[in-house]
Amino acid sequence: MRRFLRPGHDPVRERLKRDLFQFNKTVEHGFPHQPSALGYSPFLRLMAIGTRSGAIKLYGAPGVEFMGLHEENNTVMQIHFIPDQCQLVTLLDDNSLHLWSLKQQGGASELREEHRFTLKGPPGSPPSATQVTAVLPHSSREVLYLGTESGSIFVAELPWLRVLEGRTISPEAVLQRIPEDNCNRRSCELVEALQEHPKNPDQILIGYSRGLIVLWDLQSNQATQHFLGSQQLENLYWQRDGSKFISCHYDGSYTQWPVSSDNKQSEPLENTVPYGPFPCKAISKIYWQTTKNGLPYIIFQGGMPRASYGDRHSISVIHGSQQTAFDFTSRVIDFFIIFSSDPAAEFDDPSALVALAEEELVVIDLKSAGWPAVHPPYLASLHCSAITCSHHVSNIPLKLWERIISAGSKQNMHYSSMPWPIDGGTNIAPDPPQRDLLLTGHEDGTVRFWDASGVCLHLLYKLSTVRVFLTDADPNDNMNTLGEDEWPPLRKVGTFDPYSDDPRLGIQKIYLCKYSGYLAVAGTAGQVLVMELNDEDAEHVVDHAEADLLQDQEGYRWKGHEKLKTRDGPVRFEAGFQPFVLVQCQPPAVVTSLALHSEWKLVAFGTSHGFGLFDHQQKRLVFVKCTLHPSDQLALEGPLSRVKSLKKSLRQSFRRIRRSRVSSRKRRGAAGNASEEMELAPVQRKIEARSAEDSFTGFVRTLYFADTFLRDSSRHCPSLWAGTNGGTVYAFCLRVPPAERRMDEPVRAEQAKEIQLMHRAPVVGILVLDGRSTPLPEPLEVAHDLSKSPDMQGSHQLLVVSEEQFKVFTLPKVSSKLKLKLTALEGCRVRKVTVANFGSCKTDDYSENDLAVLTNLGDIQIISLPFLKLQIRYPCIRKEDVSGIASCVFTKYGQGFYLISPSEFERFSLSTKWLVEPRCIVDMPEVTSNNHMHNKSGTENAARKSRGSGKSPGDCEEEDEGKSGRLMEHALLNDEKVLKEIQSTLEGGRGRDHIPTAPRSRTLSIRIQELCRKKFGKKSVRTWTK
Amino acid sequence: MNRAQRGAAGSRGLGTMEVKSKFGAEFRRFSLERSKPGKFEEFYGLLQHVHKIPNVDVLVGYTDIHGDLLPINNDDNYHKAVSTANPLLRIFIQRKEDADYSAFGTDTVSRKKNVLSNVLRPDNHRKKAHVVISMPQDFRPVSSIIDVDILPESHRRVRLYKYGTDKPLGFYIRDGSSVRVTPHGLEKVPGIFISRLVPGGLAQSTGLLAVNDEVLEVNGIEVSGKSLDQVTDMMIANSRNLIVTVRPANQRNNVVRNSRTSGSSGQSTESSLPSSTPNVLGQLQGEEESDEEDIVIEDSGEPQQIPKAAPASESVESLSQIELLHESTQNGFLPSTENLSRSAGSISMECEVAEQGRKSLEEDGTIITL
Repeated sequence: MRRFLRPGHDPVRERLKRDLFQFNKTVEHGFPHQPSALGYSPFLRLMAIGTRSGAIKLYGAPGVEFMGLHEENNTVMQIHFIPDQCQLVTLLDDNSLHLWSLKQQGGASELREEHRFTLKGPPGSPPSATQVTAVLPHSSREVLYLGTESGSIFVAELPWLRVLEGRTISPEAVLQRIPEDNCNRRSCELVEALQEHPKNPDQILIGYSRGLIVLWDLQSNQATQHFLGSQQLENLYWQRDGSKFISCHYDGSYTQWPVSSDNKQSEPLENTVPYGPFPCKAISKIYWQTTKNGLPYIIFQGGMPRASYGDRHSISVIHGSQQTAFDFTSRVIDFFIIFSSDPAAEFDDPSALVALAEEELVVIDLKSAGWPAVHPPYLASLHCSAITCSHHVSNIPLKLWERIISAGSKQNMHYSSMPWPIDGGTNIAPDPPQRDLLLTGHEDGTVRFWDASGVCLHLLYKLSTVRVFLTDADPNDNMNTLGEDEWPPLRKVGTFDPYSDDPRLGIQKIYLCKYSGYLAVAGTAGQVLVMELNDEDAEHVVDHAEADLLQDQEGYRWKGHEKLKTRDGPVRFEAGFQPFVLVQCQPPAVVTSLALHSEWKLVAFGTSHGFGLFDHQQKRLVFVKCTLHPSDQLALEGPLSRVKSLKKSLRQSFRRIRRSRVSSRKRRGAAGNASEEMELAPVQRKIEARSAEDSFTGFVRTLYFADTFLRDSSRHCPSLWAGTNGGTVYAFCLRVPPAERRMDEPVRAEQAKEIQLMHRAPVVGILVLDGRSTPLPEPLEVAHDLSKSPDMQGSHQLLVVSEEQFKVFTLPKVSSKLKLKLTALEGCRVRKVTVANFGSCKTDDYSENDLAVLTNLGDIQIISLPFLKLQIRYPCIRKEDVSGIASCVFTKYGQGFYLISPSEFERFSLSTKWLVEPRCIVDMPEVTSNNHMHNKSGTENAARKSRGSGKSPGDCEEEDEGKSGRLMEHALLNDEKVLKEIQSTLEGGRGRDHIPTAPRSRTLSIRIQELCRKKFGKKSVRTWTK
Repeated sequence: MNRAQRGAAGSRGLGTMEVKSKFGAEFRRFSLERSKPGKFEEFYGLLQHVHKIPNVDVLVGYTDIHGDLLPINNDDNYHKAVSTANPLLRIFIQRKEDADYSAFGTDTVSRKKNVLSNVLRPDNHRKKAHVVISMPQDFRPVSSIIDVDILPESHRRVRLYKYGTDKPLGFYIRDGSSVRVTPHGLEKVPGIFISRLVPGGLAQSTGLLAVNDEVLEVNGIEVSGKSLDQVTDMMIANSRNLIVTVRPANQRNNVVRNSRTSGSSGQSTESSLPSSTPNVLGQLQGEEESDEEDIVIEDSGEPQQIPKAAPASESVESLSQIELLHESTQNGFLPSTENLSRSAGSISMECEVAEQGRKSLEEDGTIITL
């Protein structure tokens, strides 16, 4: 069908298209979905997070981000940075180890997978024999110690990840030196922890699951000391000077052990159950941090009393008499402590606790009194309450930007002032070209304002609409109201709160006017709030109006939720956006469309029943229009029954997807069964023409204000356009009194036109193009000199976008001018559409407006205005990813965002000019002589290192050369012209007597023959050479 | 006209064709140049002239090679009549006031009886053995098998004309797999199949589609590689004039193609030159174009059909060539001329002409429900 859509293949246009459009997925904003592992390199000051889908993400200073994806898509179990290297090792749940490294390429660093390796046991051994449970990258950077379920410790050489057979530490060898009366073979099953001696790299501490701990000497290959724990071991941690270590156990206890060379078997110094005496849960990880004042920090995860607090996810910090159990709202995956990494320093002197919970990252400042949390510059939990809608505003005026930031800073007083402690790498991306805001509406009735200008999506300000309404839950009910002597000393941290008090508060539509600072927000229970930005706290009454959308329809009963109760009397609002008008739709159905005109001071809103127009200056309802079809019972009864069935069907389809995914990945036999099952009951689709009687045809999908020629071609007037699910477009002529009489005369509206699209597909977009075929500017845009005033001389055109087609009509006489049918030709439907401005990357002075369209298949198409020609198409979102497609939002300059998980936005760019992507460098910091203790290995290392550093750039180059060579070859053979040229040179060389160049041309021809043989097989070469 | 008269008087060469015209009890014989038959109006004038009935409104008919009496009332069926006449073109003229519409008819399309009976005027209560074709203005598009001449015999292109009927389309589709012959032998490929027909629906009542028919194309677009949902959307988007090409599960009822001697359905073989698929494709869209007009109500007044704006130079650029062609004919004197000359099957073709008159009425009907 393509050939019909572009009859003339215009080379100029094709070139221009290359300068204008380009598709890139650039950054993932937000918090990784289902994190499963955490790693930190004090040397690089980078943090790594692994996920259940096999992704690893590295974060450093704001803007420094790297991402890698394991091919296997398996869960990342552990991440370990190689000491003092730009390398890290990941362990997946399929027992494979992967070595990743950060390499500089083209001025920026890249994360690449270098090697992979799966530990293999001798033939016939059970798989558990080689199941890796603990990984220790040795400080020599030469080997990895891999503890396994069988109790054996394998040694793998870096960077090739080869097992050094002779150096395996077997349980038998360990048991040799241990008295048999208190040990047997079973006590050496499953290596739980491996820790290198902080001062002596030749000694490692091996902790076995059953409680036996052995100090192993690598030189003599024997155990020098052993420690008999009575409880099942969870983890180990060395004290900084190596004279003691601490072990934590399954029963919620931790034990300190002395290390001395003269004692073969040591008795514990101290055994504590911090939350005893009743049975406690396991302490799964522990840190022991020394400080100058002598009081150590003991920081551990878990250990809560099993019966009363067993369900808490906690990390406890004990420092002298201070003790706090940080209570997380989701499961703690892992944590680490940032402490002095200078090996010469005498004390650890911890500065921050970084905890990765399942749904958020929490950083606690350990230096400031009260241990306050640090506001993270990235990894924001977008989903701390589920996202229900989003709205993007480009190019925010500086004034508004500053006001929003100042409102937000007042909300963030309780955060620590500590600079972000994870600050590795350097951000070399250019400064964002403009200030962009992304607004997300949430289920709990809040709107969050994110700085979306750059790579780091950063929360600026949070707005809550809850105060306007009376809800069951008191918003002042704080969870941190624990008394002094409360035990355990729990303290709630983090912002993730998935529980919504009242689903009716959910935000459905947002519209922000960046010039006036007016914000309109609409919600699930038909509430529409108009707000104004105020820099001060204020207490005032919110004007309240009701819009009965069912006016003349009689005898219907709304069976859905009730409308929200409003608070009587003045309400106190904090600085920021403060509501001054509340309109409640009746019946209180979900608001499905919203438009605000800040110049005319009008707000329009639509639900499944109709739409209304409210004058927020005079605080008066101008009109309402019912769009409901009398037979549409479903819309009248409310959303409940429908929602239920939708949820059910969604759940079923997810189940199906999951089942098929699992079965295709895992057992083949099971997969066969599942697919057979599915074939038995095939999915059927009904083919039926749409009719006016279908359900939800009155559903208002889009509202649009325009100053255009609605009645006659000589006078233009304000107008309001509404499009419904049933393919109807209503146009209302508005009379807005001039500014000086704005308060005295009422705004009037009169229906001027009604267009029924014959194909009856839902109308998703309405747009008026001026005489120059440019979309009309936003309200106040011209007044602020930011846009040319629209051409009011030429004839205007109306663009109606339905789910199925794009159609241009003339105005004021509505006659169809041209159209583009999408569904009839491609079987896809329009889900989102926006006008975007595309600038050329070659010249600054060229830009054009096009339509950016997202279809239900997840494709993005760019369609030209006003000729409606398909320019380009990119696959963007998987078509099964319904929520991703539904969440997509385009910006005005050809970028966009969509949710790849409940907590992550993927940013993409369609423009060559506006591209926000991470670009950063991680330099190897100078290795301070931290090998002072490793006398022997230190020098060895240095030598090796110098060799390595001499070699590694060489390696790089070599690799690059190989790569570019390959690329060249590929290009050469793919380009017919080049081939022809080569051919002609060959023939020319043979034809004429170019004796001096003959040998050369022969080598060339041989080379070409080689190339051609690869490409075409021998035959064609023969025909050439003959 | 002069040309024709000259022909009547002159010699009977290869290029001329004998015409025998009957009005009442009177016969007139003359000849026409087969290659240049002229326009229908000229021919009509000529008939009035030769029968000496200059101011009498008459209906013109002719007998085709099967002996069926078919009407001549526009350029297309006139040309058709001329081109198929062999050797003699028999013309029958009736006065309009005492015209017997039921005289027009054919036996060749009795297979589509059930369709036609829906279509025919309700007041036309006749109990005759043969099916009767009424006058063209009484036609409107109906579901039919089309493009028999250009499709393989194992395929069937069915046009389900939903427009104006209250019947639901009434069928379901499903995923399935079919076997294709490829260079590598037989291969199992996914396909879309009709899974169920709704009793009383258009699909079932036409009898042209059946359960387990494999859907190959929707309005000229191949469905291979498209998902069930995509095909569903395509069908619904085209639901007002749905053309599906199927491979019937039952291959015994295939239309046997015999282009020269077959009656009306063989027509397009002669009139449309090498009909490649894209040609047909554009054609189908073109047809659809004309029947999909939106309605606009100005100032809450009477509903109006939205007129087509005269194609501006800019829009020309954006439209495909075939659409362009259509645009020009839309604005021409006789609508759909171009369409008709290419259309396959005389029945659906004639319907096209009548459609224009019917449409506004129909649309008035729908707006009432708004």
